[in-house]
Amino acid sequence: MHEVDMTKCLILSMEEWAEKKNKEKIVVEKINLKIGEFTCVEPISLINTFNSAVLGSWLDSSKITVETIPFKGKCSKCNRSYFPKKENGYKSPCCNFNLEEIISGRELKIASIDFTEK
Amino acid sequence: MLLLILQKSKNLGSRIKTYFQKKMHLPISDKIELNILHQNSHQAEKNKVKFNNYNLLCLNIMSSPGAGKTRLLEITLEDLSKKFQSAVLEGDMTTNLDAARLEKLNIPVVPITTGRACHLDANMVSGGLKLLEQKINPDTLDILLVENVGNLVCPAEFEIGEHFKVALLSITEGEDKPLKYPIMFREADLILITKVDLLPHLNFDINELKSNIASTNPKADVIEISSITNSGFDLWQKWISKKILKLKKNK
Repeated sequence: MHEVDMTKCLILSMEEWAEKKNKEKIVVEKINLKIGEFTCVEPISLINTFNSAVLGSWLDSSKITVETIPFKGKCSKCNRSYFPKKENGYKSPCCNFNLEEIISGRELKIASIDFTEK
Repeated sequence: MLLLILQKSKNLGSRIKTYFQKKMHLPISDKIELNILHQNSHQAEKNKVKFNNYNLLCLNIMSSPGAGKTRLLEITLEDLSKKFQSAVLEGDMTTNLDAARLEKLNIPVVPITTGRACHLDANMVSGGLKLLEQKINPDTLDILLVENVGNLVCPAEFEIGEHFKVALLSITEGEDKPLKYPIMFREADLILITKVDLLPHLNFDINELKSNIASTNPKADVIEISSITNSGFDLWQKWISKKILKLKKNK
């Protein structure tokens, strides 16, 4: 359900970006997102919500692409990076330490916007 | 010098590329690297600036529905109001029932009915703060408790400008919840394990719960409380007092 509010934020950010570019003269082809695995966002829900929300708007023909960023942590004992797993309580496989530092996976980003000028 | 020349030629190259892309109507890529929730985060920052200017500690209280947020606030505010000037923003999807309960404590309460939204966002809190400003001068307040909508998923991603996030977890929900809803419990600064008076009556392993909390968020403070026996409320009140005094000291 929160994908609706995330889409709203995404569209507002796009509006803000487009105003700086002269909105009337551009066509957004693709909005490239980076979404981490350790977030509350289901990419497919976000894409579907976006596609419904922009129908008939200036973003109607824009596509969303999502690059999933893996969930990675760093062992606080030996500094090795690892992929935390829910099944073993996100502990590091090397030293069995609790997950203190997250290296990646919390991203919720508009990485880039591909557009053409009319 | 060489670096400068290289940098300049790189910039020039990129400008030439963009020029031809425009001329040939080829897509241009603008690498903006902007948070999707930038609009919300921006408003949350503005809220935080306001809270800091008012010298007002803001806590975002979150949990699943029925974990005991409103009861926690009722008991907490009875004592807390003797030492500190308090106010509440009360998030609710459809009713004002919780706000009505808290208004009985004679403290300023602003209900925020979210409608279809399953969480509070920074704009709603900003609106709530404006209504609060009509009721009381926030300069006279020490703490603002924001009761979020009961939900373990959405509120975790939406900042409201809070200084600290407090997550409640009642023992009737099961030991596995920190693993099932990791973002909420990872984001929390303090986790209150509620309804611990029920421990003798349930097949519940509190050590397993604590181990799951430590796995998800080893840095969080954890306090066990009961709204029936009032156990743990002294520690929770101490935690709040410390945060209020620290904020005032840093001012």
